[in-house]
Amino acid sequence: MTLYLLRRCLQAAGVMLVMSVLVFVGVYAIGDPVEILISPEADQIERERAIRALGLDLPLWQQYLVFLKNALHGDLGRSFVFNEPALKLILDRMPATLELAFGATFVALLVGLPLGLYAGLRPNGALARGIMAGSILGFSLPTFWVGLMLIMVFAVQLGWLPSTGRGETVDVLGTRWSFLTLDGLRHLAMPAFNLALFKISLVIRLTRAGVREAMLMDYVKFARAKGLHPSRIVLVHVLKNIMIPVITVVGLEFGGTIAFSVVTESIFAWPGMGKLIIDSINVLDRPVIVAYLMLIVLMFIVINLLVDLTYTALDPRVRLEGRT
Amino acid sequence: MTAPTLELRDLRTHFATRGGVVKAVDGVSLRVDRGQVLGLVGESGSGKSVTGFSILGLVDPPGQVVGGQVLFQGQDLARLDEEAMRHLRGNRIAMIFQDPMMTLNPVLRIDTQMIETVLAHAPVSREEARQRARDALGQVGIAAPEERMRAYPHQFSGGMRQRVAIAIALLHKPDLIVADEPTTALDVTIQGQILAEAQKLCAEHGTALIWITHDLSVVAGLADRIAVMYAGRVVEEGPVEAVLDAPLHPYTVGLIGSVPSRNRRGAALNQIPGMTPSMLNLPAGCAFAARCPRAASGCSEPPPFVEFRPGRSARCIHPHAEGPPA
Amino acid sequence: MSAVLRPSAPPQVETPLRRFASQFAESRLALVGLVVFVAIVLAALLAPWLAPQNPYDLAQLDIMDGRLPPGSVGASGMVHWLGTDDQGRDMLSGILYGLRISLMVGAGSALVAALVGASLGMLAAYAGGRTDTLIMRLVDLQLSFPAILAALMILAFLGKGILNVVIALVVVEWAYYARTVRGSALVERRREYIEAAQCLALPTGRIIFRHLLPNVLPPLIVVGTMQVARAIALEATLSFLGLGVPITEPSLGLLIANGYEYMLSGKYWISFYPGIALLLTIVSINLVGDQLRDVINPRLQK
Repeated sequence: MTLYLLRRCLQAAGVMLVMSVLVFVGVYAIGDPVEILISPEADQIERERAIRALGLDLPLWQQYLVFLKNALHGDLGRSFVFNEPALKLILDRMPATLELAFGATFVALLVGLPLGLYAGLRPNGALARGIMAGSILGFSLPTFWVGLMLIMVFAVQLGWLPSTGRGETVDVLGTRWSFLTLDGLRHLAMPAFNLALFKISLVIRLTRAGVREAMLMDYVKFARAKGLHPSRIVLVHVLKNIMIPVITVVGLEFGGTIAFSVVTESIFAWPGMGKLIIDSINVLDRPVIVAYLMLIVLMFIVINLLVDLTYTALDPRVRLEGRT
Repeated sequence: MTAPTLELRDLRTHFATRGGVVKAVDGVSLRVDRGQVLGLVGESGSGKSVTGFSILGLVDPPGQVVGGQVLFQGQDLARLDEEAMRHLRGNRIAMIFQDPMMTLNPVLRIDTQMIETVLAHAPVSREEARQRARDALGQVGIAAPEERMRAYPHQFSGGMRQRVAIAIALLHKPDLIVADEPTTALDVTIQGQILAEAQKLCAEHGTALIWITHDLSVVAGLADRIAVMYAGRVVEEGPVEAVLDAPLHPYTVGLIGSVPSRNRRGAALNQIPGMTPSMLNLPAGCAFAARCPRAASGCSEPPPFVEFRPGRSARCIHPHAEGPPA
Repeated sequence: MSAVLRPSAPPQVETPLRRFASQFAESRLALVGLVVFVAIVLAALLAPWLAPQNPYDLAQLDIMDGRLPPGSVGASGMVHWLGTDDQGRDMLSGILYGLRISLMVGAGSALVAALVGASLGMLAAYAGGRTDTLIMRLVDLQLSFPAILAALMILAFLGKGILNVVIALVVVEWAYYARTVRGSALVERRREYIEAAQCLALPTGRIIFRHLLPNVLPPLIVVGTMQVARAIALEATLSFLGLGVPITEPSLGLLIANGYEYMLSGKYWISFYPGIALLLTIVSINLVGDQLRDVINPRLQK
């Protein structure tokens, strides 16, 4: 297990290195690094000093090493707009995004699993067909447009839910959380559902396919031959087998959820790092962009690792292979 | 005379497919008494497995029992509702499947899968259920059951998994066990052990056993009676020695002839010419006629199932054996 | 279960195309999707003749006509069936022209991505070894990274503009094609007829184009259909975020974005109708794609 973890960490480091080269190439080679990394408002003397300070007069490979060294020290530059370290800026906004993404994942499982189970058990029923048609819609609906429509219906027309912001928050462990207050939950509801829309469809499809496949397996027939109650067969025998692919995909999708929160956060003015990155792109606050990118890559690697570990916990067969 | 443990009367299980109705089981009548072993023999596609699943009401759609009776201790299971049927399954009637690698749920521990079976039919505590599961594992010859119970199926070999499946079948000391080719996927030595155990258990508990197989040699040493199926019908039925020594139906003759044997070493094996017929286009008459060396004009009519001698029946108008019907 | 369920007698004489068409038509939903999609494409193509107004011609816009609700009559006496936006642009005309941009970007990027991806996939399958490993690593890397983020980053570096949007879409989409083509090409390559062709020392190009490509095409078409829908949705999202097409020639996404700020004051139509057009486009393509996949994928054939 330790060896496995070690190997995975090495792999992760490798991917980070590749990504750092890509980002480096993106910032330093494609664009003009002076323009990208130095505030356009700087005067000539400031420019010269910054070029030397950033090592932009050095050959490209040395520049990369400097970039890498700074990155390893957690120094990914300062935001022009906020005049704060880019990394800190992003980390400050991360909890809000994580809260939104977890909320969306929770909603997706809460809604998707039962619907998928039903559609899988009664594949030819009218309701099941309706669920599947709905899931196609869920895949097709442009998230941002649905967000607008949600605001129009629930905030403007009905006035039930607030359209922007996080609402009342509670401090826990030094960060603010919305989901602990009623007002916060009301603020969280629409963005979380909006972000979950795609995942609900995904979970429905995965669950349905898994159920249909599992129901044909011998172990289900054997469970029936044992005289088990149908609910136990579905909720234990079938569900436990389905959870493996569902958890894997939903876990892997978590990164995608964080990425897509860019859109949701922009619509609902949710003060997370997705909104920050869009604002930064719009005002060309490039150190923030670079820092965000590196952080997201790191996050992806961590998510992948966590998914693999969860997978191991769920599927005893993988557990054995992991040891040997 | 008490009711037999199981009696099938004119059982029909059909599959409605796109190409038409497949009559997988088409008028099968059988009986098994207490403590008796019935060997149900046939090629793949003959309907023997579907017969087994029909008894437990476990035929998957589009398959459906469309006619006949499944009399279990006099009660017609074909008319029983699903909930009542569930209380019989795994309790009074157990089933053992063909492929032990597939029958146990890969993500649940052995003890979970055993204890749930106990709790499904007996109002006992978890501890009591665990105790029973442990005993059952010991009964089928699994050493250190306490320890092995905590393992997952993939940590067991095929033979061990089949023992676990048998142990599960035995948990409630059923009156009837339907075993669907339970040794086909196993090594010959393991097969022998399992056969011996099955025989012993039947004798001890008075359990009736239906052993479905395509392998005549397995049945020869195990069964009391034998029923040969072909294209969804029983073509011959009788005591095992009688059928094997003096088969009536040409198909049975062909089946026996195609088993390699030491006594006939060197002699060419007999083959049954041709292929099993498509279940969608069965001929109106005898389904075996096209492959039968004794086929004659009369075979285009459906042959009746005739009792040639007491306890010896066959569905053939030109049987091998001597003498007219009794 | 040991019962052998044989398929029915050989089917009646029918051409593969007709068989394909009849299988496709089995889903009424897919047929509706096809009809809607064809109608949308026609509407986009014929926009200059259908639209009551050229939304790009600023001379035709009257700011006094701004934000008129659907059905209003403008200063020039024109009826705005779907209302107008803040510039006084007729929404119906804007949507028809916006569809052109959206479809063009979607189809164009899908086509380029298909070319790039299919070539690389074929190369990976045919060359094998390190080339294969390198290409597939790139594919994995690309696929593990969310499309929206990758596109955002590319646009952040390249700047806005239709061409840059297409480049970004190609970069995030080529991997799907590469993976699909490589997968089917690998399966096909191991078939005996390819080995036979290789034994006959047929030129590699001939083997690829005459033998491999026709077999790889069906899954490629399925993936391509879905990817066009994805590309359109992604372009709309990027434009909505203000990173896509320029404001002078708005796509559907940008039209929706323009209506965002008026949403809260109840002027729903500026965002609503372009959204419906976008939705219809994507859903119809997906319906067609779904059915195509079911018909083409032999594993799922009953």
